[in-house]
Amino acid sequence: MFDLASAALNTAKLRGATYADARVMHLRQRDLTTKNGEVGTLVQSESIGIGVRVLANGAWGFASTDRLTKDGVAACAAAAVKIAKASALAKRSDVVMAPEDAYVDSWQSPFQKDPFEIPLETQLALLLDADKEMRRLKGVTLTETDLQFRKIDSWFASSIGSRIHQRKVISGCGIVATSYQGDEIQKRSYPNSFGGQHALRGYELVEEMELVKHAPRVAEEAVALHSAAQCPRKTGTLILGGSQLGLQIHESVGHPIELDRVLGQEANFAGTSFLTLDKLNNLKYGTELVNVVADARPEHGPGLGTFAYDDEGVPAQCTDIIKDGEFRGYLSNRETAHLVGLARSSGTMRTESWNRLPIIRMTNISLKPGTWREADLIAYTDDGIWMDTNRSWSIDDRRYQFQFSTEIAWEIKGGKKVRMLKNPSYSGITTEFWNSCDAICSKDYWTLWGTPNCGKGQPMQTMGTGHGASPARFRNVNIGTAFGEK
Amino acid sequence: MSATAKRRAAEKEALSAVTRLRDIARTVIRLGKAAGAEETEVHLDETLDALTRFANNGIHQNVAEHGLTVSVRTVLGGKTARVGTNKLDQDSLRAAVDSSLSLAASQPKAPHLLPMPGKQRYRQVQRYIRATAELSAEDRARAVRKACDLAVKEGQVAAGIFVSGQMQSAVANSRGLFAMHRQTRAEFSITMQQDPAASWAKGNAADVRALDPQALAKRASAKAKLAASAVELPPNKYTVILEPAAVLDLVGFLFYDFSATGVEDKRSCLNDRMGKPMFGKNISLVDDVYHPGQLGAPFDGEGIPRQRVVLVDQGVPRNLVYGRASAKRAGKKPTGHGFTLPNEYGEAPMNLVFAGGKSSLEEMIASTEHGLLVTRLWYIREVDPYEKVMTGMTRDGLFRVEKGKVTKAARNFRFNQSVLEMLRNVEMLGPAARAAGEESFEMVVPAMKIKGFQFTEVTKF
Repeated sequence: MFDLASAALNTAKLRGATYADARVMHLRQRDLTTKNGEVGTLVQSESIGIGVRVLANGAWGFASTDRLTKDGVAACAAAAVKIAKASALAKRSDVVMAPEDAYVDSWQSPFQKDPFEIPLETQLALLLDADKEMRRLKGVTLTETDLQFRKIDSWFASSIGSRIHQRKVISGCGIVATSYQGDEIQKRSYPNSFGGQHALRGYELVEEMELVKHAPRVAEEAVALHSAAQCPRKTGTLILGGSQLGLQIHESVGHPIELDRVLGQEANFAGTSFLTLDKLNNLKYGTELVNVVADARPEHGPGLGTFAYDDEGVPAQCTDIIKDGEFRGYLSNRETAHLVGLARSSGTMRTESWNRLPIIRMTNISLKPGTWREADLIAYTDDGIWMDTNRSWSIDDRRYQFQFSTEIAWEIKGGKKVRMLKNPSYSGITTEFWNSCDAICSKDYWTLWGTPNCGKGQPMQTMGTGHGASPARFRNVNIGTAFGEK
Repeated sequence: MSATAKRRAAEKEALSAVTRLRDIARTVIRLGKAAGAEETEVHLDETLDALTRFANNGIHQNVAEHGLTVSVRTVLGGKTARVGTNKLDQDSLRAAVDSSLSLAASQPKAPHLLPMPGKQRYRQVQRYIRATAELSAEDRARAVRKACDLAVKEGQVAAGIFVSGQMQSAVANSRGLFAMHRQTRAEFSITMQQDPAASWAKGNAADVRALDPQALAKRASAKAKLAASAVELPPNKYTVILEPAAVLDLVGFLFYDFSATGVEDKRSCLNDRMGKPMFGKNISLVDDVYHPGQLGAPFDGEGIPRQRVVLVDQGVPRNLVYGRASAKRAGKKPTGHGFTLPNEYGEAPMNLVFAGGKSSLEEMIASTEHGLLVTRLWYIREVDPYEKVMTGMTRDGLFRVEKGKVTKAARNFRFNQSVLEMLRNVEMLGPAARAAGEESFEMVVPAMKIKGFQFTEVTKF
C-alpha cells in the first residue's frame, strides 16, 4: 500500500505541491442487532481507498478515490493539486505548518480476541440470550441488542518521509429495554445508551460486559420507571454516574478546546467556542479538583481516541487541558499549533475514512480520578440526586449552556439512596458547572467510556472519542428543567 | 491517443455508465446463483462530490471524493444477510457473495422475510442537471471569493460551504427487478459573523442555477448586522415566528414516528393516536418524493416504487408509511418507504411536504405585538419521545418583534417544547418551499407563527 501512497506523493510533487500526504485506508465493519428476539441487522462491509492532501500555492486541496490503480491514484493526486490551486483563489494567507519529524513505524492496537474470528453463531446467540432475558418481564414492550466491530488499517505516507502503518480493532456492545405504558415511553440501557460501551479492544470487551447477566435488571428498571416519582425541579446537589459524566466532559470540555472551532473554522456548522485565545492560562475552568487531559497514548487505556500517530503523522501525546482547575491547553494540529505558541502539534488530526480530510478531533479527553469511594460519596450527601445513563444531550454552539437528561435517577436523602426518579434532567453554564465540582471518585470507579458517534466537519465525519470518568458530585445545579413540573 | 490525452482522460472524473452498473449487478446475481443463493439483491451507490469550505474570509478546506460501493444481499433457507464492498474485481465480488451466504447461514430463520419483489414500474424524475455536475473547483472558489469580499466590505467574517456533486444508485435482484436513479446536488451555506453575533443562510437544489450564493451572503450579512447588539430577555413562553429552516429542523424529528414499524414497536408518538385530532386543522403533511421541491430516488431499499402518502390531513394523522414486511403484517400495501434490508427500523418518510399558507414573513411580523423571530435552531434532541418534547438552542439570529416590527436582537435561548403542542398552536403559515437546515433532511416547509413556544433558559450570547 505504501507504493500507492508514494506514487500519489510523486504525482503531487510533479504537479506543484509543496507538501503532500497520502493515506490508504482499509475499513472492515460488522454490525449485528436483534429486536424482540429476532435478528435485526446482519451486515458486514469493507471499504478501501486513498485520500491525498496537498499544499499548493499556499492553500490546501484534498481528493480521494477508490480506484487503486496507477492511473486512478495519479488522477486523484493531480485533482488534489488542482483543487489546492483553486483554493488559493480565495485564500486568506499561506498555510504554515509546525515542524514535525519523519517516522517509519508500524503499530497495532492490542486485543486478545479478534472479533471477526469469533463465530457469528456465538455472537448472535449472546445477543438473542440477552434479548430473551429482557423480554421475560411483563411490561417490556421493545427489546434491542447490538454488537459492532471494526478493523481499520491505514498506511500513511508524507512528503517529509513518514511511512506509518496502524491497525485498530474496535468493539462495541449494548442492550436496551423499552416500556410503553399510558402516555410514557421509558427505557433503560446497559452498559451505556446509544450503542453501549465501545473501546479499542477485541471480543474480550463484549465478554466482560456480561450482557445476559445485566439484562433482567435493565428490564426491571425500564418498567419500574413508570411508577417512579418525577424528578423535581430545583437547584441542588447532583451526582453524575461515570458514563453520563463522560458525555458531560465530551460536550463541555472536549469540543470547546478544539482549536479549529476556537479559530472560527467550524463557525458555519459545528460552531465556535467560548474558549477564545485570551483564556488560555487565564481561566478558572473548574474547582482545583478538576484535572482533565487529552491523552491519545496507549498507556492511557484502550479508548476510541487511542492511537500511536494521528492522521497527520504526529505521535500520540498527553496534553494538560485543565490542571488544578485552570485552563491549560487546546487540541491543535500542525497548521494551528503556532497560533497558541506551541512549537509542535498536539497530535489530534483524525479522519473517519480514506475519503475524508483529517480534522482536529478529540482523542481521549479524560477527567482524572479523585479520592472518594463511591459509598462515601452517597453517605456524605445529605440531599442530592444521582443521575445515570444519558437520554438526551444538547449544548449551544459556543459550548456555554448545556442541558442533559438521563434515563434514570435516584434521590439521596441523609446519605442513602431512597427512591428511583424518572425523567431526570439538569442544565447549566459550562464553567459554573465545573466550578461546582466538590468530589470525584477514585480510580477504582474510573472507566474509559467510548463515544462512537461524534459528528463534526463538512462533509460530516463520525468519530469515536474516549472519556475517562468516575462518578462526581456537583453543587447548586439546575435540576429538572427539561420536564418542568410534569 | 497521445500520452497526454490518455492521462487527461484517466483524470476526468465521471459517474459510471448505466451499462457498467447493469454489468456489475448481473455479475453479482450470476455469482449468487453459482454459489447456491436462492435469491440475490444488489445495491450500487456511486458518489462524485466536491465541497469547498471557507472560514475567516478564505478557503481553508477543499475536498473531492469519488467512490462506488456494491452491497450484496443473499437469501438461503429463509435467512438473509448483507455484505458491502468497494472492491469491484470478480474475486472480491465473489467473496462478498460468499460472505453474505455464510453470514445468512449462521442465524435462525427470519420469520418476516418475504421473497424478493419482481420487476417494477417507476415514475421517472429528472434530477440530474449538467450545470451542477460540471461545476468546477474554480467556479466554487470564485463564488466563495465574492461572498468573502462582501464580508470584508461589511467588516464581517464569513464561513460556510459550497457543495456540488452527483450521485447514482441502483437496486437489482435475481427476480428481474432493476431500479436506477441519478441526481445532482448543489448547496451553499454561509455564516456571517459580526462580533459578538452571527447570522446564517442556506440553499440547496439539484440545479446550481437555482442557487444564488451572493443573495444568501447578503441576507446573512444584513441579519448579522442586526444581531450584533443583543439584549437578554427572560426565558418564558413567547409567540415565535420560525423561519422555514427552524421549522424543518424541529418537525424533521417526527419523521420516524410515521413508520409503521415504529408504531408496531410502540416507540412512536403516534401510538394510540392515529385517526384522532392531534395538531391544528391548518396542519397537513404528505410524503411525496415526486414534488418539484424534493430530491431523492423514486424507489425504496427493496426497489419498490415510492407512493405519495397523506400523513396528516387537517390535523389528524391518517396514514403511516410501510415497507413490504410491515405492510404484510398490517394487511396493507407497501408504500415504497422501506430501508435497505436487513434492518430493524422498517421504513420512514424521507420527503416531507407541508401544506403552506399565504402569509408572508413580513405579514407574520406585522401581526405580532410581542414575539421573537427565529432564524435557525441548533443541537436539537428528543427529551420525551411520546409527547415529542424537544430541546435545543436558537442560533445565528434571534430577533425581538415588538408592535409589528423587528426591533433588536435577543440572546439565544434554550427551548423545551413539545412538537405536538407546537403544531396545535400555529397561528399563521407561509408558503411552503424547499428549505435546508442542519439537523434534519431538506423538506418543503412553510415559515410558521406559533403561540406559547417554551423557552426555559438563556445563554451568554
